[in-house]
Amino acid sequence: MAYSDKVVDHYNHPRNVGTLDKSAAEVGTGLVGAPECGDVMRLQIRVNPETNVIEDAKFKTFGCGSAIASSSLATEWVKGKTIDEALAITNTDIVKELALPPVKIHCSVLAEDAIRAAIGDWKKKNNVAETAAVAVAH
Amino acid sequence: MSNEMSNSGVVISESSAPLPAGVTLPIYMDNHATTPMDPRVLDAMLPYFGKVFGNAASRNHVFGWEAEQAVEKAREQIAKLIGATAKEIIFTSGATESNNLAIKGIAEMYRERGNHIITQVTEHKAVLDTCKKLEKQGYRVTYLPVQADGLIDLEDLKRAIDDKTILVSIMYANNEIGVIQPIAEIGKLCHEKGVIFHTDAVQAVGKIPVDVQKDNIDVLSLSGHKIYGPKGVGALYVRRRNPRVQISEQINGGGHERGMRSGTLNVPGIVGLGAACEIAGQEMEAEAKREKELRDYMKAKFEKALDYVHVNGNMEHHLPGNLNMSFVYVEGESLLMGINDIAVSSGSACTSATLEPSYVLKALGLGDDVAHSSIRFGLGRFNTKAEVDYVSDKVIDVVSKLRELSPLYEMVKEGIDLTKIEWAAH
Repeated sequence: MAYSDKVVDHYNHPRNVGTLDKSAAEVGTGLVGAPECGDVMRLQIRVNPETNVIEDAKFKTFGCGSAIASSSLATEWVKGKTIDEALAITNTDIVKELALPPVKIHCSVLAEDAIRAAIGDWKKKNNVAETAAVAVAH
Repeated sequence: MSNEMSNSGVVISESSAPLPAGVTLPIYMDNHATTPMDPRVLDAMLPYFGKVFGNAASRNHVFGWEAEQAVEKAREQIAKLIGATAKEIIFTSGATESNNLAIKGIAEMYRERGNHIITQVTEHKAVLDTCKKLEKQGYRVTYLPVQADGLIDLEDLKRAIDDKTILVSIMYANNEIGVIQPIAEIGKLCHEKGVIFHTDAVQAVGKIPVDVQKDNIDVLSLSGHKIYGPKGVGALYVRRRNPRVQISEQINGGGHERGMRSGTLNVPGIVGLGAACEIAGQEMEAEAKREKELRDYMKAKFEKALDYVHVNGNMEHHLPGNLNMSFVYVEGESLLMGINDIAVSSGSACTSATLEPSYVLKALGLGDDVAHSSIRFGLGRFNTKAEVDYVSDKVIDVVSKLRELSPLYEMVKEGIDLTKIEWAAH
């Protein structure tokens, strides 16, 4: 499959690979996907409790090149954003940025879910009221 | 951007050191899909694109006679490789047509005797789709399961045969996992029960000894491009004695090939197929030994360097050039992306429109997750030790890097049981 240069670049040089301490109060962890489906994404954020700004993000992904690129891009995008700004990121933004082929749109949906799941986890830990739709299951 | 890169420290694939001696890129290691043509085959074919252009069916002039002579020579070369006689070889456009002709032709011819066909779940689509079509026409088809090692259970076959069974179609060697079925025993069983036995031997002919007498085969499909011959030409062996098998033609017009397959013969292709069979007959034994050694060497390298890898398919009954390996916790397509100067195949169909993992691997009982993590290496006549070293080192490198990226690998290393996690199915 012919991928865009951006997908190839994220695949070859994935940004923000790693693991944050999931037991820390300021860390939110989102684990989405399933091994049987061929992709699992784990996205983690570290949120500044004073400002609600995402100061760090890490990911690990089992999946195809598009899944790796989508999650890598998601970590880049959420960093420096407030929780509410990060929640505004949609899968179509990811599709557009990476020029994903139609068969790979699923990967972008997964990345959006991973952002929302990580934020949802952080909110739960910190007793933050749910203001927007989070952790969409499908 | 360079900051971001140093931030994660993971680099999956980068053109790096100079290539080792004897290696040029890209490397072809997908010899189950097709094989490069042997230059000797091309040499044999060339005159038939020019000077010797006659129609083999033209019986009244020298142009036709020359073409016919070349075709008859090829018939003998093919027959010799599989222990048949020249008269039992019918030319087709390839193995897909051979399989269609065999299965539909037998089903139609023996309809009054019965309507039951037996095959197995790990067949090529050329057999499975043909059987599915026949089901729509009122035939009953039993799809035998395979065991975890890819072999069918002969007891299952015995039980499946009933008084309406007219045909058993079981492939000789599997194109994905390289497993060789107990063909002689299957054939014996069929003959005892008076059932015709067809085998799709496309991956076996020319690679391992195939003998239609010893193996009790009645009808056999083979193809040129899997044995270093040309594409677009194949053959069907149809037994003439004990029993005499009849096949209802599927293409009409002129009654070529004993009335079983009409159409002007592809003389250059047929000449190439014949030459390919002759070379295979002479070199198969040594080549199989060489490929098997390379294959085992490659397998040992993977097993030494990586944890959570395993081979798919019974290794005792296995094509010498095949290695189907699961690199668990790494997804196949992302692995292929990291080795994009090497041609191999992924058990994950993530690159296709369906996204479904291989039905052959699933038939072995592999979970979808492991099927998504599997790679087929197909070694052939022109692969070298230097290539095997390059490919295995590169795969080991990319698998290791992708595992640094894999949440599953990290979880397993931490002792988490992945089956206990409630995955959000999507």
